Amino acid sequence: MTTATQTAKKSAVHCRSVTKSYATAGTKVHALRGVDLDVNSGELLMLVGPSGCGKTTLISVVAGVLERDGGECEVFGTDFQKLSSGQRSRFRGESIGFVFQAFNLLPSLTAAENVSVPLLIQGVPSSRAQKKAKELLDRVGLSDKINTRPAQLSGGQQQRVAIARSLVHDPRLIVCDEPTSALDGDTGHKIMELLREVALEGERALIIVTHDSRVYNFADRIVRMEDGLIAPGSIDPTTLH
Amino acid sequence: MNSVALKMLFGDTAKYIGIVMGLTFASLLMTQQMSIFVGLMSRTFGFISDTGLPDIWVMDPKVQFVDDLKPMQDTQLQRVRSVEGVEWAMPLYKGLLKARLDDGGFQTCNVVGLDDATLIGGPPVMVEGRLEDLRRADSVIVDIEGATDKLAKQPDVPGGPKRPLRVGDTLEINDKRAIVVGISRGTRTFLSQPTVYTTYSRAITYAPSERKMMSFVLAKAEPGVDPMELCERITATTGLQARTRDEFKLQTVGYFLKNTGIPINFGITVVLGFIVGMAIAGQTFFNFTQDNLRHFGTLKAMGATNLTLLRMILLQALVVGLVGYGLGVGLAAAFGYLTEGGNAAFRLMWQVLAISFGAIAIITMLSAMLSIIKVVRLEPAIVFKG
Ligand SMILES: Nc1ncnc2c1ncn2[C@@H]1O[C@H](COP(=O)(O)OP(=O)(O)O)[C@@H](O)[C@H]1O
Ligand SMILES: [Mg+2]
Repeated sequence: MTTATQTAKKSAVHCRSVTKSYATAGTKVHALRGVDLDVNSGELLMLVGPSGCGKTTLISVVAGVLERDGGECEVFGTDFQKLSSGQRSRFRGESIGFVFQAFNLLPSLTAAENVSVPLLIQGVPSSRAQKKAKELLDRVGLSDKINTRPAQLSGGQQQRVAIARSLVHDPRLIVCDEPTSALDGDTGHKIMELLREVALEGERALIIVTHDSRVYNFADRIVRMEDGLIAPGSIDPTTLH
Repeated sequence: MNSVALKMLFGDTAKYIGIVMGLTFASLLMTQQMSIFVGLMSRTFGFISDTGLPDIWVMDPKVQFVDDLKPMQDTQLQRVRSVEGVEWAMPLYKGLLKARLDDGGFQTCNVVGLDDATLIGGPPVMVEGRLEDLRRADSVIVDIEGATDKLAKQPDVPGGPKRPLRVGDTLEINDKRAIVVGISRGTRTFLSQPTVYTTYSRAITYAPSERKMMSFVLAKAEPGVDPMELCERITATTGLQARTRDEFKLQTVGYFLKNTGIPINFGITVVLGFIVGMAIAGQTFFNFTQDNLRHFGTLKAMGATNLTLLRMILLQALVVGLVGYGLGVGLAAAFGYLTEGGNAAFRLMWQVLAISFGAIAIITMLSAMLSIIKVVRLEPAIVFKG
């Protein structure tokens, strides 16, 4: 496994034997049962597998919004669980961008205001944040929707706003949970193109959870999960092109 | 993030109005009820307020409030006058006497007898006639409330409206003739009898003859003499009860507070306003946060700390609190303005505004607290839930 090219790549995510279980009504659901995962900078990794196999749980742990029960997990060499709650929030705010299946835009904010939120959270002055937000909206092809509220946008447009928001603070890792599954095939395809083109630049790493096999060919690498574990034998995305 | 918090709040118009209305209702109800209460309570010492010149009231030691009449012997007047530091002291008669009406009925009146020479203790405002006219034979001055209502004459034409008592009309007080020479206006008092002013010596002829007739001695301290110290000196020398004007007002209001059910009744309404406001505003504010939980979760995932979210919620609570308080107090003031001159007692004091403000602050802070607890406990992982 230690070929020269792989060690030369910078590690973005490094997880070993990660476990996580949920306690519900007396029974325990073992969502992660010892997962190993590596993602490198500059790589688009797709996490696939049947519903309920633990994909969302895994990226939640990786993105530091959920505490793992056991194992190790580092993002850019930092273990979330060793940080205080405040440090954890700040690290997440600076290093990670989020794209959600349901877009999760604030309904009373305009597109530009929504995009500027990650910068506002970091304390960037509003005028500068707005300026940066407009640049990003331009990049995702929505320069004419700057002052539009989410309710007036189509699903695809909302997801573009969300992608602009995930990029505005220039994070090193972006996690996307089923970014295309609320969209029709064509729109989903365009969103994947956008993610590949705009999001995956420089040293940025992308983890995209999906069960939409039509978009597998956008991946650099595909990892399949099954019942809380990484399934042996990865899919080679090149065979799908 | 302040602007984001405000946009979240104003963006949800229905909820925003709901929260503000709850707080407005609470602040209106509390402010209005407390103001009426204060208004009613200040009527209890209306007679003391209207008697402007003297700064000391001297009375029988057993007197508990201004309408609690325990007359003294006239000789007490000289004893008060001889106390060092007293600039002047005048007698005042106050008593409930029956006036006979045209229709043969009787009306109890609050008859006030003023020192014959100085007429000190007279009404604050004369609507018609002059105070000095009391020096004429058999003369009385009647307050306008009594003149237009309880002492009004029988209709000129049968079945017509009653005619207000006018200057030149006559009354019969305890079978003695009295001529109206003036109409006055004073603060409404708690007891609603008409007030009839006359001279001390004439009042005494109206009243059933007794050994003790003088209700109060009204005194003024010499310039530079502390009224409170003078009161102590008067008590020490004469054995009478002596109170500064403000002390006597407090004592009077204190009596009503302690011995009537009024404070409890108003207290219940005020507490009810507080609870209802708390329930409505607290509930809607909490609902608002609850509905926005997903958005708070998103902000949390994107790096907003608990402190940031706490400040956002506090800001939202502050805004709805101030708007609701302002509207409620404004409506209460409008109520007071509209009912001015009518029967409703209404007195909006800054203390009432402060208490309402405090109550609304407590309501909003408690509501915010519930929301804050909810948001702080929120797992940011909910953002990935479908
Ligand atoms: N908050 C939770 N409480 C209890 N069980 C959960 C919770 N979240 C997920 N699970 C369970 O954990 C397992 C993995 O869930 P999830 O990570 O959402 O899978 P996927 O994203 O692959 O569909 C499922 O069986 C799911 O029911
Ligand atoms: Mg999932």
